Amino acid sequence: MQSSARFCVMGEKMSYEAVIGLEIHAELATRSKMFCACPVVDPQEAAPNTAVCPVCAGMPGTLPVVNAAAVEYGVRVALALGCEVNPRSLFARKNYFYPDLPKGYQISQYEQPLARNGRLVIHTAAGEKTIRIRRVHLEEDTGKLTHLGPDRSLVDLNRAGVPLLEIVTEPDFRAAEEVRLYAQALRAILRYLGVNSGDLQKGALRIEPNISLRPMGSQTFGTKVEIKNLNSFRALERAVAYEIERQAQRLEAGEAVQQVTMGWDEDRQVTVLQRVKEGEDDYRYFPEPDLPPLVLEAAWIEGLRASLPELPEGRARRFVEQYGLTAYTAGVLVEEKAVADYFEEAACHLSASVAPRALANWISVDLFGLMNQAGVSAEQIPVPAAELAELVSLVEAGRINPGSGREVLAEMFRNGRGAAEIVRQRGLEQVSDADFIARLVSETLAEHPAEAASFRAGKVTVLNWLFGQVMRKSQGRANPQIVRQELEKQLGNQ
Amino acid sequence: MEVFELTLADLRRALRRGDLSAGEATRACLERIARLDPLLHAFLYVAAERALAEAERADRRLRAARRSADDLPPLLGVPMAVKDVLVVEGMPCTAGSKILEGFLPPFTATAVRRLQEAGAIVIGKTNTDEFAMGSSTENSAYGPTRNPWALDRVPGGSSGGSAAAVAARLVPAALGSDTGGSVRQPAAFCGLTGLKPTYGRVSRYGLIAYGSSLDCVGPLARTAEDAALLFALLAGRDPLDSTSADLPLTLPDLEAASTSRPLRGLRIGVPDEYFVAGIQPEVEAGVRAAVEALAGLGAEVCPIRLPHTEYALPVYYILAPAEASANLARYDGIRYGPRLAGASPQEVMARTRGQRFGAEVERRIMLGTYALSRGYYEAYYAQAQKVRTLIRRDFEAAFERVDLIAAPVAPTTAFPLGAHRDDPLSMYLEDIYTLPANLAGVPGLAFPVGFDDQGLPLSMQLMAAPFREDLLLLAAHAYQQVADWHRRAPRLEGGAPQN
Ligand SMILES: [Zn+2]
Repeated sequence: MQSSARFCVMGEKMSYEAVIGLEIHAELATRSKMFCACPVVDPQEAAPNTAVCPVCAGMPGTLPVVNAAAVEYGVRVALALGCEVNPRSLFARKNYFYPDLPKGYQISQYEQPLARNGRLVIHTAAGEKTIRIRRVHLEEDTGKLTHLGPDRSLVDLNRAGVPLLEIVTEPDFRAAEEVRLYAQALRAILRYLGVNSGDLQKGALRIEPNISLRPMGSQTFGTKVEIKNLNSFRALERAVAYEIERQAQRLEAGEAVQQVTMGWDEDRQVTVLQRVKEGEDDYRYFPEPDLPPLVLEAAWIEGLRASLPELPEGRARRFVEQYGLTAYTAGVLVEEKAVADYFEEAACHLSASVAPRALANWISVDLFGLMNQAGVSAEQIPVPAAELAELVSLVEAGRINPGSGREVLAEMFRNGRGAAEIVRQRGLEQVSDADFIARLVSETLAEHPAEAASFRAGKVTVLNWLFGQVMRKSQGRANPQIVRQELEKQLGNQ
Repeated sequence: MEVFELTLADLRRALRRGDLSAGEATRACLERIARLDPLLHAFLYVAAERALAEAERADRRLRAARRSADDLPPLLGVPMAVKDVLVVEGMPCTAGSKILEGFLPPFTATAVRRLQEAGAIVIGKTNTDEFAMGSSTENSAYGPTRNPWALDRVPGGSSGGSAAAVAARLVPAALGSDTGGSVRQPAAFCGLTGLKPTYGRVSRYGLIAYGSSLDCVGPLARTAEDAALLFALLAGRDPLDSTSADLPLTLPDLEAASTSRPLRGLRIGVPDEYFVAGIQPEVEAGVRAAVEALAGLGAEVCPIRLPHTEYALPVYYILAPAEASANLARYDGIRYGPRLAGASPQEVMARTRGQRFGAEVERRIMLGTYALSRGYYEAYYAQAQKVRTLIRRDFEAAFERVDLIAAPVAPTTAFPLGAHRDDPLSMYLEDIYTLPANLAGVPGLAFPVGFDDQGLPLSMQLMAAPFREDLLLLAAHAYQQVADWHRRAPRLEGGAPQN
């Protein structure tokens, strides 16, 4: 679920500070495209150029018509990010030539974007940090090129005109981890709002950091380098860390950082040069004459604000208060709406005596481990929430031990069977019978006199080994606490 | 009376009465095009077979419904021509450019579709300056069109093909487009009634864009009555054009024009700024005489000021090219039109554009690109927008005092082919009286008011407040009840080019 990678960036001994801003392009999951009636289709499933009309093909004479659903989705995101929504925003033409851009310009927003001045709080190891959001604006996606060779490329316009929401931050990030945390938090919000699939692999969510370094304490900005082509959070964090290091080394060596766009090479785990920028690109923006200003009524905006669902941040706070979770665990659980929903459903089925915190740990550690291994998404968890609650209740009540519990969970995950049924069938019910355990312990000590002797001679660590032998003898069913007590008792007595 | 002599309204009546069939009307047009268009070159494409097939279908309906002809679509069986910047499904469309050679549009412009739904038959596509950029139709990549009144003269532009076709009685009416005067000025040069509606009144969907904030689709006809008939069908909100207006349509009560003093209560302003040095004396005299005639019909006349008029030309030649530079970016040889080979996509696009665009189009793309570039945007594009607002306010202020503004259409009557060949600036000056209406978004109408001593049509322009096309049409129609300039036809029979 969560990348465990922790890259050490910018140790104090280095004299540079990384300044990082983020541009995120989120495809809006509307039914039709931004400016025409064509359906938005899955890029990997639909045959090329099957969701195209004269408008999104940029045919002469065609005109754009704004998709109201895309505007609504965009405003919902803007509100969720605490932005000021502009009551009047303008579409603009961004001019450049490329074979995947049918009109020779992209309809975007420039001078008066949909919304500005938002923020998103992230939770880093060092504490809370607020990332300021500069602007949120609507635009249309380009088509896609497939290069068949040096002199042959194919254009697929299925994606051309798909609504995009561009979310631009202030350069508030100082470390790769912050960038990843922000991107994950933003993805969570988009998914809570149901406006984006959050799929980085398919490009539904595109994260483009720009990175510059400056001497510690400096207030000016260094030369920016953009990174594209990042299709996982892991790649995002690694690429940013790599790029910081690369720029630091250049600066250390007295070389200048070039203004370039880099790509991320997943195989080699390095950033590679994609394009050298000669000066700033001039896109010759001007207001789109084919579209009147986008005027949003205050009442409509307030209506959307009132109808926003509970968002990850608020839900995490509630989880801490209502279920007694740690802030960290709550944060992990709310990241995926489906996981948070799953947790709450399971919590309903938990015995009253069991702390939801235990359930949360089972989900965030054991269940996530199984999901990662099997590549199962949050929406497809094969273990019914009520059954997980049953399992956790069994463990917490001491009816089975935690080790057995993990085995049971694995089996539940494999075949979807109920916890109690598996425990019964495999005879895993924990044994706490003192006589039975005393018998196991004495048998074990009799079988391993040398180890028992070395314990008594002062080698305390051998106790764990002996404990393991007893547990194995019981096929994992013995109550570990009683085993440990009994071992200490018998070893001390002899 | 010959079929080709009928106005649109006459032809419509004749078809309904059964005096004439749609097939006969269409064949008459096709026959005349075949005989006279070699002299004029008004048409870029003639859809003879398709038109005849449509006429046959129209005749079946006309025959079947003779007794209840009122329920028939208003233009059923009427042949018309369409400027080649409006796309018609299945008819090649070039916009007068080599860069669109071979382009077959898969859809029909809303304006054309509305006429088709009203029963009109599109008989062909007419010549135009490349992408409507010009005032003489000499910028067509397919050769110039000649003025039916004098074959050595231009018909005006950019809707010169449509104007020549209607003036020569090849078709009863045609559609044009007007970005800076491209309906009104050719109407003036060819002795027609041409309407540029209010910006947003007629859908631009399917009109190949030149200057999107200025482009208007309008009719070229022989009479104000015909123009009104077409305007009523063209006007209206189109969900496919977000800039089209959703306002109720006021139609002129043309019956009222036959009363005495039909323009009573109408105030007409005459702006000093439109009668300046460079205007051909006969043009000014023609306009002033026509204003007198309108006064005779009951209108009050007073002088007005439109102080920012002189800035219209520079403002237009920043804004229209700026928009055009983006609008024409799509012609890159990738998806339609011919493609020239190149080592990279950039080279393919650069070579295709470099070789297939004409000089005037290249000039305007460069002008517009420059005006939008970083470092120049504020000084040119942004500044021009501010001045455009001032020009619009001139009109707003004027229309608080008057209902109509009377002005010339162009400084001169039709000029000889090649007259401005090496001097684009002098050509731009042809549009100084028509550009302001486009910048302000107000409607304008050109109609004939006489002839100069060379026998070339004189014309007057009326402008009105936004969405008051009814006043323009009413005034012109009233004038045409007492004048007969619009009834005169050029003598083309047996004529050969005079140069
Ligand atoms: Zn489409």
